[in-house]
Amino acid sequence: MRAKSSDRLRLGMIKVVADGSIQGFSARMRSPGYYNGAPNGMWYVAPEQMQEIYDRALAAGLHVHTHTNGDEATQLAIETMERALMKHPTPDHRYTLQHCQLADAAQLRRMAQLGMCVNFFANHHFYWGDEHYRLTVGPERAERMNACRSALDLGIPMAVHSDAPITPLAPLFTAWCAVNRITASGRLQGAYECISVEEALYAITLGAAYTLKLDGEIGSIEAGKHADFAVLEDDPLAGKPENLKDIKVWGTVQAGRVFDAQAQ
Amino acid sequence: MTLPVTLIGGYLGSGKTTLVNHILRNAGGLRIAVMVNDFGSLPIDADLIEAQDDDIISIAGGCVCCSYGNDLTQALMELAAIEVPPDHVVLETSGVALPGAIVASVGLLDGYRHDGTLVLADAETIRAQGADTYIGDTIERQLSSADLLVLNKTDLVAEADVVALSAWLARKAPGAQVVPAEHGRVPREVLLQSFLERAVPVAGSHDHADALFDTFPVSVPQPVDAEQLARGLSQAAFGLARAKGFVRGLDGRMRLVQIVGRRWDISDAAEDVAAGLVVIGRDASGHARAIERLVDAAARGAVRV
Repeated sequence: MRAKSSDRLRLGMIKVVADGSIQGFSARMRSPGYYNGAPNGMWYVAPEQMQEIYDRALAAGLHVHTHTNGDEATQLAIETMERALMKHPTPDHRYTLQHCQLADAAQLRRMAQLGMCVNFFANHHFYWGDEHYRLTVGPERAERMNACRSALDLGIPMAVHSDAPITPLAPLFTAWCAVNRITASGRLQGAYECISVEEALYAITLGAAYTLKLDGEIGSIEAGKHADFAVLEDDPLAGKPENLKDIKVWGTVQAGRVFDAQAQ
Repeated sequence: MTLPVTLIGGYLGSGKTTLVNHILRNAGGLRIAVMVNDFGSLPIDADLIEAQDDDIISIAGGCVCCSYGNDLTQALMELAAIEVPPDHVVLETSGVALPGAIVASVGLLDGYRHDGTLVLADAETIRAQGADTYIGDTIERQLSSADLLVLNKTDLVAEADVVALSAWLARKAPGAQVVPAEHGRVPREVLLQSFLERAVPVAGSHDHADALFDTFPVSVPQPVDAEQLARGLSQAAFGLARAKGFVRGLDGRMRLVQIVGRRWDISDAAEDVAAGLVVIGRDASGHARAIERLVDAAARGAVRV
């Protein structure tokens, strides 16, 4: 697979899907489970299978990202990773939990110790934040969901994402969600997990590239890297954080080719 | 026509694939389509395979095996559209799947009929799996969705444990029959309704099953309350794994009665079929008198009406 990769398409990584979604009540939750009393979600992979994948991938030097939404799925991934790393100690593995939305402080501390990365689903604050508060996980867990501040404070390499096509692809909007944590009804949910605009811009660029081990090629504008970047109409650091999502994109540059957004 | 779909569920390592291969080895001319979640590891014993490409494995005797991946509905629709459709579909679920959810989606499809859910349990590990932090509730939900529970690998535990495990399993799926097995070797008439209807029942015969199971015919000459009869036959006390046949209803119309463990189903039937049922169960003939009384009671229902 790896041999078929190109400059613009990289193959040979593994994605493991551990559970379903929180809003679909199919994510695997630890006690006390869903706020509305819905039964626990579904495993999409058996714990034994996850262990085999991690063990063999670490032994073969393959990179694994794992979808976990519920905190039970995250717990399983952490414990599985811990066992796998004891068998195959691996520096700089960058194994990443995708979504990882309900990780609590203790889980994030373990992830930091294990050298894991995280890619939070920041758009949830806006799209389902009110439902999470009211229905799926309740106020306390809704406020700490997608704990960007905690992860950065622990030094966990972090990205944020839209999970397109689940929510629309628009990195500045995703960054805005992580910075402002505003729900669709306009409530600020979990102010203590907000991050700065600089931190959010890093998360959507170098942060994401790092989790893919592509930070030497993309994610920042540097001599020797791909000339892949977006050109903005305004300086996101100069404006107000709450306006981050409204900054216009003039166009993009891909491998030096210029694409004017107006002309497309 | 309606294709019967039998679900084979159970956790990783419970013996689903072994059971599927046992079915294929005993297909006896029945054209079976086996559907598996993926071809991750070869799901079919090599000696049964005639040909293989990306999507389909051709198996001796006109059977096939295909993988449904992420879209079971699409795969079933494609299967129904092929030129010579199979006689029976055997759907092997993934080890963490909840069969109940799959039954619901099969039920939404035209042209398919659910022919029961068999859930396997590994006699050596099922109790530990049921108590596991991560998968305990998955195991419980799998077992509770069973019409028939197959307690597999009984050769690996003591006989006393088989009794205790059977009782434990029966509590997980109240009313479902528990069928003990080694290496997935379950009598074929227990596995698929299509096998049962092809069986030539002989009273007291042990030809079609092993020593535990027997199959025999039940005559139903008079009109009966089909629902009352079906509900009665599906009671655990009779020990029936399956029953199938035709009865004349109280309104004079013929009905098709099908029972898989604790689940029963009644549908309209053609008028030119002969009334009568064939049943298979553990010591089914030992219950022959009680079954006759049940038929009589269902017929007396006609008098009351």
